[in-house]
Amino acid sequence: MAMGLQGRRRSKPLLQKISELNPVIIVTVILIAGVGFALLYSVAGGSVDPWAKKQVIRFVIGMVGMVVIALVDIRVWMFLAYPLYFLSLIMLIIVSVMGHTGMGATRWINLGFMNFQPSELVKITLVLALARYFHCLAKEETGKYSRLIMPLFLIGAPVILVLLQPDLGTALLIIIGGLSILFCGGVRMWIFVVGFLAMIPTAFGAWKFMKPYQQNRVLTFLNPERDPLGAGYHSIQAKIAVGSGGLYGKGFIQGSQSQLNFLPEKHTDFIFTVLSEEFGLMGGLGLLGLYIILLAYAMFTSMSVRSQFGRLLCLGISVTFFLYMFINMAMNLGMLPVVGVPLPLVSYGGSAMLTLLVGIGFVLCAAIHRDTSISRGGAFA
Amino acid sequence: MVTSPDDLKYKLFTRRAGLISAGMLVLTSGLVGRLYFLQVVGQNQYKLLADKNRISLRLLAPERGKILDRNGHGIAINRTDYRVNIIPEQTEDVEATLAALKSFLPISERRKRRILRAVKRQRAFLPVTVAENLDWETFARVNINIPDLPGIQPDMGITRYYPEKDLMAHVVGYVSSVNAREIGEDPLLELPGFKIGKNGMERVLDQRLRGKAGNSRVEVNVMGRVIRELSRKDSISGDTLNLTIDRDIQKFTADRVRDESAAVVVMDVHSGEILALTSTPAYDPNDFNLGISQKKYDILLHDARKPLINKTVQGEYPPGSTFKMIVALAALEAGVVDEHEKIFCNSKFEIGNTTKHCWKRQGHGLVNMVEAIAGSCDVYFYTIAVRVGIDKIHDMAARFGLGEKFDIDIPGEKKGLNPSKGWKMANRGSRWQGGDTANVGIGQGDVLVTPLQLCVMTARLVNGGRAVNPEILFPEEGESIETPEVIPLSRKNIEIVLRGMAAVINKPYGVAYAQRMRKDGMSFGGKTGSAQVRRITKEERDVRVRKNEEKPWRERDHALFVGYGPLENPRYAVSVIVEHGGGGSKKAAPIAKDVLEYMFTRDNQAQSGRFPSKGDA
Repeated sequence: MAMGLQGRRRSKPLLQKISELNPVIIVTVILIAGVGFALLYSVAGGSVDPWAKKQVIRFVIGMVGMVVIALVDIRVWMFLAYPLYFLSLIMLIIVSVMGHTGMGATRWINLGFMNFQPSELVKITLVLALARYFHCLAKEETGKYSRLIMPLFLIGAPVILVLLQPDLGTALLIIIGGLSILFCGGVRMWIFVVGFLAMIPTAFGAWKFMKPYQQNRVLTFLNPERDPLGAGYHSIQAKIAVGSGGLYGKGFIQGSQSQLNFLPEKHTDFIFTVLSEEFGLMGGLGLLGLYIILLAYAMFTSMSVRSQFGRLLCLGISVTFFLYMFINMAMNLGMLPVVGVPLPLVSYGGSAMLTLLVGIGFVLCAAIHRDTSISRGGAFA
Repeated sequence: MVTSPDDLKYKLFTRRAGLISAGMLVLTSGLVGRLYFLQVVGQNQYKLLADKNRISLRLLAPERGKILDRNGHGIAINRTDYRVNIIPEQTEDVEATLAALKSFLPISERRKRRILRAVKRQRAFLPVTVAENLDWETFARVNINIPDLPGIQPDMGITRYYPEKDLMAHVVGYVSSVNAREIGEDPLLELPGFKIGKNGMERVLDQRLRGKAGNSRVEVNVMGRVIRELSRKDSISGDTLNLTIDRDIQKFTADRVRDESAAVVVMDVHSGEILALTSTPAYDPNDFNLGISQKKYDILLHDARKPLINKTVQGEYPPGSTFKMIVALAALEAGVVDEHEKIFCNSKFEIGNTTKHCWKRQGHGLVNMVEAIAGSCDVYFYTIAVRVGIDKIHDMAARFGLGEKFDIDIPGEKKGLNPSKGWKMANRGSRWQGGDTANVGIGQGDVLVTPLQLCVMTARLVNGGRAVNPEILFPEEGESIETPEVIPLSRKNIEIVLRGMAAVINKPYGVAYAQRMRKDGMSFGGKTGSAQVRRITKEERDVRVRKNEEKPWRERDHALFVGYGPLENPRYAVSVIVEHGGGGSKKAAPIAKDVLEYMFTRDNQAQSGRFPSKGDA
């Protein structure tokens, strides 16, 4: 209690904060990213170009950002939650207006040194905004329906913008991530039950809304052999790559499926198949183990943080991170249709890498400030 | 502990976060289960599929076996074919490269369109053939200018080549592209550009010549580009075939009958080795190999002189008077006539209610056997043929290989026809008549022979009565050579017939006395023949029998000659047929004489060491 009172008044000294950065998590993050570097080196046929080198640079930048975020007082982040959310919304709108068009979908904003996807950033800022919103609600208020309007707006706005791009995978990720905060923030259980039931007709509506290539992906997922050389090709080749890896894999840079280009998008969305092919079941389980360490730490942190803001923040980020991991792996293993979701910290790509490192930064931040209580009124009250 | 509202929120959060954690755990174990299912349970199946993806088996075409003449000269060989390919991915503008290439070799508009179509259809790293069968100079010029021709790749392949052009066409035949019907068990046939024997020895011995395919297991990427070779089994070349034919003799005979529609067979009488097998006119097998144009093919097909037919084995002709040796031997063996009996020829022979004629209108007068052979008296042979009967003539002809197929590895060999009573009943449905026998007695009527059979017949007559079989290939290693059996005949009777054949050329009363050899130590014997193509009608005979020169080409008699030499210890047998050539003595005998003279000259030169040759077997 004494610590808590002290923390309420002023922040810890910087050096102490640094010493409280969890070394296991830092090492785990580096290991996961290291797996990514190795795989990017491998799919380039044993070369740091064109992917591995760039990825390392982005990772280093991201790591610095992560530590900075972790060391900033959590109350600052709570104060900035809404502004950051609206900033990312504005960026999303800009993307729709003048974004760089690639792969038939408008997703990127050119920052000069890299193409940035605001739809990645919004996943984190939405978590911040929702965590702040529920932090400020009293227990009895969380049950009120009128208190649902604001969070649904917070979720809905980016979802609609992302769907316009159109990016179904990201939209789903945002929705599920946001709902997890509503769920743990105290919204009544039956609403989720009813909402889930309402999903079924919505799914049919979504089918109409989907572009033909997205419809194709779903159909192909349901039956990949429907079109083994066309849309089903990715699923089948990915399964062959994973399956042929066996227990111990074919060896580094020895995966025939990836080295001979039978795998699609092997440096981004399908990088897990490369891991599975070259390092087998052991490699796949190893990476999964690293993810579990990270997730377990984040969930444990969420349950041990004093402020509701910190708890919800950790939870939202954990769920988002998990969704990345699960959807990507399930897609690689032919359990889900092919949607553009990268493997966290491993797939080549700057936006997702930065977003995830920022997210982990917030978890570390919450962990450092676990004893900081924040009044319902707001940031520095 | 007081339950504050914050504590309630905390408890609810913990409960629900726990639920979410449990959900994550369940989903994660789903992933683990799926990994196990794919990588442990399904690994063999997927490894197989991955290998199927990456490994491609490439056939390596074997080199086709060569066909050489008896002295090792190439008759069907494999030649480096210079060609130029374009690899589309190595040039920015295919059309510009082609335009640049045009200054070195001609590319027709049609060809250009075909190339551009292929470029569009194929993957960019696969070469497209721009030009083939280039001469060395053009090829060299393209090579030198390669820096200015981006994407152009000079290439060398191997194609079949027949350096002697039309000289051996009927013997070796040709190879050509495989057609859809021929694709069968051997995957080699599906290789692009693979060729198989379509005619001649190339066809009959295709399996031996073809060799065994090798293979190369290569790793390919998703585009089909070869990354590396995993293993290789080299192909095994086809067998080299050694012909008994001597290219030079073949060339001499072919040149000698170049303008005729003719067949010449030259044989070693002791071994049966065929030294020349000439059928004219011929065609250039290289045309077929490279793909003959329809126009050119039609010309060959419709030529009245039938260049596509190998007349030496496929042509069936009435033997005419060349058959008389068989009749004479049959009669002598049966004892129905002896050497000294003279038969009177007044140019007429009555049998049944028909009259048959001798070729000599004024008749031969009284002739014995040697004189009858030398003067080719038809009446004499009508008489003895009727005396001895068709059965014995048939048997004698069979002993000398007439009506027999020798299976000498050349396609389309015909049997000819050695008629008998049974044959007539079976095929004509009527009884054999005395007139039929008389006709056969002078080699007309139903009897048909091939030039090869005539040559074999002659060889068997002059080699001491040994039933040699014709050979066109030297035996393979380990193959036993059978000594031909002796035909059970009286040696004396053969001598009588041979004296007759010698007299044909060397006695003033012989019909081909004009063709005797005048060079020192050279001599030959033989028998002329003229085979009627068209029956001479009674009306014609009453007016005047037209001379051959007066008839249209198609109605003229075939000129035949069978010969051997030298007279003492004969070594060579020759048969000659000049289609519609007229009389055997004027047209066919001089050819045989020239061929034999050429052979003797060679042998003499070889003996004096100036002309080393295996030819004098």
